[in-house]
Amino acid sequence: MTLVLVSVLLMTLDHRFHHLESVRSVLATVLSPLQSLVNLPVELGDWAGETFASRQRLLEENAELHAWRLEQQASLQRQAALLQENARLRRLLGASQRVPEEVLVAELVAVDVDPYRHHVVVNKGLLDGVHLEQPLLAAEGVIGQVLHLGAINATAILITDPSHALPVQVNRTGMRTVARGTGTPNRLQLPHIPNDADIRVGDLLVTSGLGGRFPRGYPVGEITQVELDPGRPFATVIATPSVQLDRSLEVLLVQKRLDATDPVAAAPEATSEAGSGDAATSGERTQ
Amino acid sequence: MTLVRHRGGWAITLSLLVALVLIIVPMPGWAELARPEWALLVLLYWCLALPSRVGVGVSWLTGLGVDVLTGGLLGEHGLGYALVAYIVVKLHQRIRVYPEWQQAGVVLLLLLLSQLTSLWVLGVTGRAPDSMLAYFLPSVVGMLLWPFLLLFLRGYRRRFGVS
Repeated sequence: MTLVLVSVLLMTLDHRFHHLESVRSVLATVLSPLQSLVNLPVELGDWAGETFASRQRLLEENAELHAWRLEQQASLQRQAALLQENARLRRLLGASQRVPEEVLVAELVAVDVDPYRHHVVVNKGLLDGVHLEQPLLAAEGVIGQVLHLGAINATAILITDPSHALPVQVNRTGMRTVARGTGTPNRLQLPHIPNDADIRVGDLLVTSGLGGRFPRGYPVGEITQVELDPGRPFATVIATPSVQLDRSLEVLLVQKRLDATDPVAAAPEATSEAGSGDAATSGERTQ
Repeated sequence: MTLVRHRGGWAITLSLLVALVLIIVPMPGWAELARPEWALLVLLYWCLALPSRVGVGVSWLTGLGVDVLTGGLLGEHGLGYALVAYIVVKLHQRIRVYPEWQQAGVVLLLLLLSQLTSLWVLGVTGRAPDSMLAYFLPSVVGMLLWPFLLLFLRGYRRRFGVS
């Protein structure tokens, strides 16, 4: 019976105060061989595919990748010019510089977790320099953030989890708001949009950088539904994440570089507007 | 006080580890909701067969393992498992002599109890699942599996001489 009390106590502590991350880390590390075991068939399949691939196919793939790299380099050159121009303009305006982010490539581990939660397991952990609350990106946009940490792998919460809220910005108008997960895959909700706000179907949402957890300017999703009901204080706005959250396998973990104490959030225009305080606090998990 | 030395602890551990693996093996979407509580089923067997060795403590620890593996709150499964193990250890002499189908009925009730506690925790933390199916399916599947699991684990226990 004491164990029942201990369970309730543990749950409360875990839920309210997040004191138990270290206990959880140790347990997760002890149990991580099981996860590797489950992932083994997938890895064996990958390995076999790579080992027994025909030379012809590899050559083709190589040529394809070369061509692709050239293309990317060409667009990068344009990007470099733009970056410089941006830096110059920012200097002229007296605004602070943006710090470029570094990323760590990780792969999702093929294990199932609780079907009522939107969590994924990635194959990088404490030993690879992953830290709690680290943002997780895919090639197309934001996926989620690191929730629990083991030594060699980590659990991340997806942006579609009902307990996750993400500070976002409408790219077209610059309006800042919060995108909450709904618990349905590929569906986000924007609960605090007033009825007279300028928002349309097709608008792109990007991270606003407020809250200091997610870097600014990464695509989050696209508005797919706007319903105005004058009887209610807020409009019903639904967005679809730009990443197919149930498809992507390779993810990027953004390394935080807070030496300049998050220059974006500290930018003057980010704090002057009303309502930004709301967004800034909801970068945290709201459970 | 016991004169008989315990043997085969590794076999119990191995069976629990296999059950934990079965909990996180990827399944297609429709099967995911019907995934039985493997770890609890295996624990139920050991609690029935060897209540002096596997009891509330082991069940609780296994539940914590499930919580960590599935990313739940720490203690969410531990609570249900410990409750169920307590009941089974109390009543093991009665449950043991039931015919198999009747045992399966008791197992269904116990699985539902554990499910109820974890769903209750989910509800309190604001993530109650929306389909009624989610409440019953895993327990019913677990009940249907019970007679086979019982036979298998009994053979396993005798094969490795766990006592």
